[in-house]
Amino acid sequence: MKHILSVLVNDQPRVLARVSSLLGQRNFNIESISVGGSEEPGLSRMVIVTYADDRTMEQVSKQLHKLIDVIKIQDLAFDESVVRELLLVKVGANSSNRAEINSIVEPFRASIVDVGANSMMVQATGDRAKLDSLLELLRPYGIKEVARTGVTALPRSSARSKAMV
Amino acid sequence: MTSQTEMKNSPMKEKSAEMDREYTGSEILLRCLVAEGVDRVFGYPGGAVLPIYDSLYDGHVKHLLARHEQGAIHAADGYARATGKPGVVIATSGPGATNLVTGIATAMMDSIPLVCITGNVAQNLLGTDAFQEADITGITMPITKHNYLVRDVNELPRIIKEAFTIAAGGRPGPVLIDIPKDVSNAKASFYYPETVHIRGFQPTTEPHPLQIKKLHQAIAGAKKPVIIAGGGVISSGATEELVRFAEGSMIPVTTTLMGIGGFSGVHSLFLGMPGMHGTYAANHCLLGCDLLIGVGNRFDDRVTMGRIDKFAPNAKIVHIDIDPAEIGKNVDTYIPIVGDIKNVLTAANEGLPSADSSAWLQQIEQWKEKYPLQYKQDDDTLKPQWVISHLHETTHGEAIVTTDVGQHQMWVAQYYRFVHPRSLLSSGGLGTMGFGFPAAVGAQLAYPDRTVIAVTGDGGFQMTAQELAVIALEKIPVKVAVINNRNLGMVRQWQELFHGQRYSEVDIGGSPDFVKLAEAYGVKGWRAHNPEEAKQVWQEALRHPGPAVVDFWVTPHENVYPMVAAGTSLEEMIMGDED
Repeated sequence: MKHILSVLVNDQPRVLARVSSLLGQRNFNIESISVGGSEEPGLSRMVIVTYADDRTMEQVSKQLHKLIDVIKIQDLAFDESVVRELLLVKVGANSSNRAEINSIVEPFRASIVDVGANSMMVQATGDRAKLDSLLELLRPYGIKEVARTGVTALPRSSARSKAMV
Repeated sequence: MTSQTEMKNSPMKEKSAEMDREYTGSEILLRCLVAEGVDRVFGYPGGAVLPIYDSLYDGHVKHLLARHEQGAIHAADGYARATGKPGVVIATSGPGATNLVTGIATAMMDSIPLVCITGNVAQNLLGTDAFQEADITGITMPITKHNYLVRDVNELPRIIKEAFTIAAGGRPGPVLIDIPKDVSNAKASFYYPETVHIRGFQPTTEPHPLQIKKLHQAIAGAKKPVIIAGGGVISSGATEELVRFAEGSMIPVTTTLMGIGGFSGVHSLFLGMPGMHGTYAANHCLLGCDLLIGVGNRFDDRVTMGRIDKFAPNAKIVHIDIDPAEIGKNVDTYIPIVGDIKNVLTAANEGLPSADSSAWLQQIEQWKEKYPLQYKQDDDTLKPQWVISHLHETTHGEAIVTTDVGQHQMWVAQYYRFVHPRSLLSSGGLGTMGFGFPAAVGAQLAYPDRTVIAVTGDGGFQMTAQELAVIALEKIPVKVAVINNRNLGMVRQWQELFHGQRYSEVDIGGSPDFVKLAEAYGVKGWRAHNPEEAKQVWQEALRHPGPAVVDFWVTPHENVYPMVAAGTSLEEMIMGDED
């Protein structure tokens, strides 16, 4: 089962290395990890997406908790969270098909952020499935480069996300 | 500077004078160690720790100069295991630091509190592949509880306080502090915090009362209960509480390798060690029990044989540990109890019910009688099991015994009946050859008046034998008992049993004459080939006031039994060669 772990960590050098080293050492799989600031100065928020059964998730969480730089861990429920990823894609384009590409991009509420002679760059945010289908639609035009941030997430105000011990 | 205003009102004027004075990082380090009550450190100097060794020159902290950093860290580890206090080791950057790695991993696996201090190149050189530079914080990340690279001398006191707090607190373990040379040379005022709050380190030490109630109910309903006690009993200092718990509930006790000494080896409720080389009684208790109470143990694969499906198949499992990550890691747990073992058992001993275990205890007595530990003794040859029994008899179980890893280690676990905690010092988790001898050095320094025996093999002894120079020079009266079978015995045993007797690279007959080796260092040496000689030379070695090496020339092809092969059930015990 897919899980999103939201982990508050000390904003210290090497904290990402500590977390990813631990996950590797304990043989846990990671689909994505993203790190950025949090609401509290001195703390960063890491969002880790992983596939694991409940027993493994409990171990992941308990082992992460043993890291001194880990302050708090939440297991976010997918359906009770806002889960987003940012996609940048450079797609082949010329004067003849720019409008066509634009018409694909618009329903995704994505935007064109850079235009060149032979390509344009699209920026989109959303959940992973939405970004995957946008990429599929753009594929026929020739995808030159892709960068994705990995998932970040927060629980909705109605959510009962469980803090893990 | 809030502390400055506090100091003005302080009656201790000198203290404020001390605050005004500036100290170098290395002076601050030593002042912190003194404030932590550290009276002895182990180490080896080098370029990046020159400032630290310069400060050591003043002699406020005693330093034992090892002959290899691995010797230093195992000695610090032996000191920590024997006393319960954090062991402190100092090494230089690069190779000095990497030589600590095996010792750090050894301590991590066995939850031993160590504070490891390494020097590093100055910060302007960090990351440039400078001379003797190694990324030791990166290297040791997975084998330390936590580690620090000190970037500012003003942070040093807080970091050292945190390091000691983390190393000794909760489930103990090693912490490394890497100090670049410019930091140990930089100056700052000195203030050592009494306590420190670490937000990410808040171990649960008190058990939940509801879980204690559940434990009581489980005990009251049990007919075939058993306790498996691990190293947590010893690190928590809970031996007395465990005895009261077992006696009060009428539950027999098996101790893992790390738990040996946590429950007296001569108590009537004692079953011996469980697992791969466990006793018949201990393993059949695990197989047949209806309630299994794990106390500070971790159900590792030398106990479960990695066959969780066949491990304690009919039992409700209670697991008591200070580390919540151990609970549910290897076996499913019916009643998890997180807390310090001493606190948990103290709470459990209040209103403790007795199990309905009299029939079970009778059955166990029959097992013990019918299937004791045994080996074939004769008068002409020296059996390793006999040697260990003899060490036990002549020291009345009162010695501190360290071991290396392999056959002799298992024989010590089986035949030396330990009655006190912190008397068997052995690398249980990592299984580090070369551990025993230097660990004995550390233990002997902690207890100068106790008999300390390093039981080692002819293989393991050669991994750290260079420390003979230290015991000779410092007159540290460790007795080294080399169980010399001219083989890497445990590997040979596996090759005999599981690899069709294809003995690949286990004959180490070309070893030096250990008596002469000892004498070359100025240590007295003896050799014995049969029980008569062994009795005589061992008495002489024990009576000798200084360090001693006794080379017990034992039969070369003895195997450790009973044995359960890895990956099979505890039911499938091989009792001896004839089976």
